[in-house]
Amino acid sequence: MTMEMVLLLILLAATVWTVMTTRLLRAVIGLALTSVILTILMYRFGAPLAGVFELSVCAGLIPVIFVTTVSFTQRLTPEKLVVRKKERMLKFWFLPVLIVLVGMVLTQVHVTIDFPPVSPEALRTDPRAILWNLRHLDLVGQIAVLLAGVFGVVVFFKEDPSCR
Amino acid sequence: MATLLILLPLAIIMVLNLPFKDAFKRAAPFLGGCFYLLQAALVVFHPAAFWDDIYNPLEAFFAFECSTDALSLVLFLSIAIVGFVAVLVGAHALKNPRQRFFLINLLLLATVGMNANVMVTDLFSTYVFLEVTAVASFILIAMMKGEGALEGAFKYIILSVIASVMMLLSLALLVLVTGQTSFEAVRAGLGASPESLFVKMAMILFVCGLFVKGGVVPFHAWVPDVYASAPSFVSVFLAGIVTKVSGVYILMRLLVSVFGFEASVQQVIMFVGALSIVVGALAALAQRDFKRMLAYSSISQVGYIVLALGCGTPLAVAGAAFHLFNHAVFKSLLFVNAQGVEERCGTTHMEMVSGLGSRMPVTGWTSVIALLSTAGVPPLAGFWSKLLIIMALLNASRYGYAAVALFSSVLTLAYFLSMQRRMFFGKPHKGMENIREAGPVIVGVEIILAGITVGAGLLYPLVLEYFILPVQRVVG
Repeated sequence: MTMEMVLLLILLAATVWTVMTTRLLRAVIGLALTSVILTILMYRFGAPLAGVFELSVCAGLIPVIFVTTVSFTQRLTPEKLVVRKKERMLKFWFLPVLIVLVGMVLTQVHVTIDFPPVSPEALRTDPRAILWNLRHLDLVGQIAVLLAGVFGVVVFFKEDPSCR
Repeated sequence: MATLLILLPLAIIMVLNLPFKDAFKRAAPFLGGCFYLLQAALVVFHPAAFWDDIYNPLEAFFAFECSTDALSLVLFLSIAIVGFVAVLVGAHALKNPRQRFFLINLLLLATVGMNANVMVTDLFSTYVFLEVTAVASFILIAMMKGEGALEGAFKYIILSVIASVMMLLSLALLVLVTGQTSFEAVRAGLGASPESLFVKMAMILFVCGLFVKGGVVPFHAWVPDVYASAPSFVSVFLAGIVTKVSGVYILMRLLVSVFGFEASVQQVIMFVGALSIVVGALAALAQRDFKRMLAYSSISQVGYIVLALGCGTPLAVAGAAFHLFNHAVFKSLLFVNAQGVEERCGTTHMEMVSGLGSRMPVTGWTSVIALLSTAGVPPLAGFWSKLLIIMALLNASRYGYAAVALFSSVLTLAYFLSMQRRMFFGKPHKGMENIREAGPVIVGVEIILAGITVGAGLLYPLVLEYFILPVQRVVG
C-alpha cells in the first residue's frame, strides 16, 4: 500500500469522525486534522503553496473561528448526549460503508483522456503571481466571505446587551 | 469604475463596523438605502465616465477582471430596486437597532457578491462570489432564530453546499481540459475539444449546481421552506434577486459567454424550464399559506426565464432578462404585501384572514397589480416580458413550449385570484374588523413597486428600446 493510500484512508477516517462526533469541539479538531492530512497530500503531489494555504487557513484560522464560536455554546447534558449519539449512529451507520463502496467502484472505472493536453506554458505562471498580482478580485471575495462568517458568529452566538 | 459597485458596499460595511460603530448604528439603514439609490441612478442615467472605463483610478490599486454590458445593467437595476426595498422594509420591521444594523451589513455583503457576479469574467471568481452571497443569505434567513427559519436555513445550506461541490468539481474538470478559468480561455479550450466527455460532465455539473441555486424543478425542494420561514423582508431579497442572480443570471452568462447554445443543452434547459412553470403553478394552486404560495409562484416564474434562456435566440434572452427584472419587482411587491398582512394579522395563512381589501386598501390594490402583472395581463410589465418570451418561442418554432407558457399564465391567474378572493375580498373574519392599513413605510414601498410595474408596462416602448433590446446584442 502506498503512502498516499494510507494518508487517504486517514483522511477518510478523520472526515467521518468530524461528521459523526456529537461534540462540536471534537468536530473542529477532526476538521483541523483533515486539513493537516490534506496539506501533507498536497506537498506530496507537488503543490507546496496550496499546502501552505490549506495549513494556514483551513487548519489554522478556521478552527480558531470555530473554537471561538463553540465557546459561546452550552454543553449538552449527559442524558441528552447519549440520546444524540444513538440517533446519529442510527442515522449515519451507512455513511462509511457507502464511501468505501463508492471508492471501490471508482477504482474500477477507467477514464480515457479525450482532450488535448494543456500546454506547459499555460501552467507555468507562478501561483504567487496568480494570487497576488492577477486575482485581486478573489481576495476581495475571500474578505467578504470571512466578514460574512464573522457576522454569522456575532448574530447567532453573541448575546444581545439590550436583552440582559 | 463599475468595480466601485463591488468596493463601495464593502467600504460602507467597513465604516459601519469601525470601533465607534454606535454612532453609525442609526445611520446604517440610511447608508444602505443611499447605496442602492446610487446604484439605480447610475443605471438609469448611465454616466459614460462611470461605465465606459476610459479613466479608472482604481486600476492603480486593483487588478480586477470585470466587464459590463446591457445584460449587466438589467441585473444592476434589479439588485438596486430589491435591495432598497429590503432595506426599507427590514429597517421598518426590526425594532431592535442591533438586529437592524446586522441586517443592513448582511444585505450589503450579499450585494457585494451579487454585483461581483454580474461583472466577473472568470469562473473561479464566479464561484467565490456565489459563496459570498450564499453565506450572507444563510445568516439573513436564520437571523431571527425562529425554529422554522433555522430549519429553512439549514436546508438551504445543505443544498447550497451540494451545488457548490458540483460547481467546484466542474471547475476542476474545466481547468484539467483548458488550463484556465477565465470565460474567454475556457470558451476557447472547450472549442478545441467539443466532444470530450470531461467537458460534457463539467457542463452538466455546473448547470445542475446553478439549477439548485436557482430553485428550479426538480431541485426546488428548499425554496418553499426557505421563503415561507424566513422573515418577509428577507424573502423579498431572496425571492426578488438572490436566487435570480445566483442561479438564473449566472446560467444566462455562462451560456452566452462560455458554453454557448448547444442543441442538447438547449433541449434540457427548455424542458426543465417548462417543467418548473407547470409544477410551480400546480403546487401554488394547492397552497394555504400566502408566502408558501408566493414561493411556488416564484419557481413557476423562474421557469419562464429558464425556458426563454433555453430557446437561445437574441429575442428570447432579451425576454428572459426583462422577465427577470419584472419578477424582481412584482415578487418583491407581493412579499412586501405579505409583510404588511403578517404585521397586522399575525399570520399569512389564507384560511385565517379574509376581507382585508376594505381594511388594507393599498395592500389589496397593489396585490391586484402585482398578481395581474405576474399572470401577464396587459398593459402591465409582466405582460410584455411574457409576450416577448412567447414570440421568441414561436419564432424559433417551439410551438409546444409556447403553448405551455401561454396556458400556464391561466394557471397563474387562477391561483392568484383564489388568493385575492380568500384574503382581500368578502367580509373580514371575526376579530379582524379593526385591522388597519399597514404602516406608512410598507404602504410607500408598495406604491413605489406598483408604480414601477405599471410604469414599465405603460412606457414599454421606451423600456424596450433603451433597456431590453440592447440585451440582444450580448447574444448576437
